[in-house]
Amino acid sequence: MVLGVNLRWKALHERGACRPPLRRGLQEFPVAFWFLLPAILVLGTFNFYPAFYSLWLSFFEWDGFSPQRTFIGVENYTSLLKTGEFWNSVRVTLIYAGGVTVAALLIGLGVAVLLNRQITGRSFYRTLYFLPVITPTVAAGVVWKYLFDPTQGVVNRLLALIGVSGPAWLNDPSWALLSIVIVGTWKRVGFNMVVYLAALQGVPRMYYEAAALDGANAWDVFRRITVPLLTPTTLFLIITSLIEAFQVFDLVYVMTGGGPLRSTDVVGYYLYRHAFRYHQLGYASAIAYFMFLLIFVITLLQFQLGRGGGAVES
Amino acid sequence: MKAKHFKKLLIHGLLLSGAFIAAMPFLWMITTSLKPPGKVYDAPLFVPLYFYWSNYVKAWSFAPFPRFFLNSAIMAIGITLSQTLLSALAGYALARLKFPGRNTLFFLILGTMMIPFPITLIPSFLIVNSLGWIDTYQGLIVPRAVSAFAIFLFRQFFLSLPRELEEAALIDGANRFTIFFRIILPLSSPVIATSAIFSFLFAWNDFLWPLVVTNSTRMRTIQVGLAMFQGQYGIFWTLLMAASTIVIAPAIIAFLVAQRRFVEGITTTGLRG
Repeated sequence: MVLGVNLRWKALHERGACRPPLRRGLQEFPVAFWFLLPAILVLGTFNFYPAFYSLWLSFFEWDGFSPQRTFIGVENYTSLLKTGEFWNSVRVTLIYAGGVTVAALLIGLGVAVLLNRQITGRSFYRTLYFLPVITPTVAAGVVWKYLFDPTQGVVNRLLALIGVSGPAWLNDPSWALLSIVIVGTWKRVGFNMVVYLAALQGVPRMYYEAAALDGANAWDVFRRITVPLLTPTTLFLIITSLIEAFQVFDLVYVMTGGGPLRSTDVVGYYLYRHAFRYHQLGYASAIAYFMFLLIFVITLLQFQLGRGGGAVES
Repeated sequence: MKAKHFKKLLIHGLLLSGAFIAAMPFLWMITTSLKPPGKVYDAPLFVPLYFYWSNYVKAWSFAPFPRFFLNSAIMAIGITLSQTLLSALAGYALARLKFPGRNTLFFLILGTMMIPFPITLIPSFLIVNSLGWIDTYQGLIVPRAVSAFAIFLFRQFFLSLPRELEEAALIDGANRFTIFFRIILPLSSPVIATSAIFSFLFAWNDFLWPLVVTNSTRMRTIQVGLAMFQGQYGIFWTLLMAASTIVIAPAIIAFLVAQRRFVEGITTTGLRG
């Protein structure tokens, strides 16, 4: 069959060569087939097909090894919704995602505005702020875990300098999640800054010149011109940040293992445990689909809100 | 004049304190990794005064880090090469070749970027398992051998190239593969660099997939190895920080080399790999 396609492609190509190249139409199909085959195979097998396969799996009870899969309908979903541990992980994930998104957005915007001018060391600052973004999450988690050490960690030692006795951070159920939010924010700010900086450079100077003529002060300019003009960028950053944060796994795995007392047990980690430790593949697939739904709904909501907000501004 | 000076000082003050927070973990990591035993908790915390390099030698030999490093290098290079070549091929077809359903296919490919990784994780694991690819390089590489994001990057780039380049060659009877490899690819070094840096950083930093598809210590990647090392030797701060430095260094070097391309990739597409 491969040979057949190959010959057909050759034949078509030879005919094509005699014609003016602008009118090609269908005859490029076989060539395109070979150009696209590897991509379609890989994305099909490991992205597209799995999306449906895991939906199908979520209706079964299966450990992944035994030949026996039991169809149980929506039972995985109903038992999911009845499990307090699952709702805890949803709550933890929402707090993490919300915290990182808001904090990194505000700081990223602040840094971008400060850097959006002729200033010495501009690229130096930009590189430094961006380093956490490209740092492997596992290594970052390891280092921060020790920075948060209750007695000898840098964070508490710095706090002690200003007379504050810091909490036990990762060892304290009421501080552990905040600690992870801090690391997530630290890793995200640089990305937001770079995107905001690019957006700020696209703002026409005349807006600012007009505002200056009207005698507007810096805060007014920021609030009335910069922020509204950046709305599409902000929306984009919120959505990508939420989607990324909903899937957080590495940080939790390395820093807390979901503890203490499940206070950092994000959905990604909850899913991992059920899939690869307890071998409940059907149940874990239901979790994955629930997460997908959450991401989908929030994305839609964001677009809706964004449209509403835009209307109010104008 | 004085107010202007003050403002400048204030801005630099703010930026510097932010930069300190961004850089502090790195400074502390490197400083700690170079401290001799017994001095771990001693000041200074952010400036290396000691240079006790044997921590690196020790960390390197405590766990099979050379092997982890090799595994990660093979995986990252494999993924970078395949993502770049295969995504470029697909991007070219989507930008230049005419066939029915081209736009639908392009949107389907873009659509795969919207699928959260946890959704594909379990089925991908089952597929790799049934292929007998657990604990193999192909298990680490093949499922990520193509990137929808890279396809998008390449397609946009090829659309911006003038068609005349290819049309002359077509009239001369060159086929599409010749055109692609002889004319198009040599012109594509900017987008190749952008795609390659994204692929490399993604692969080097990746954790969950290697964690799931490798079982034996022999096949662990460096990120998984570091997480394991932390569990076993967590009490040796200096060694752990030396290991972390070894893990972070390639990512930072790659980024510094290709920083401009990387930042361009983010800002022109507004997306990340």
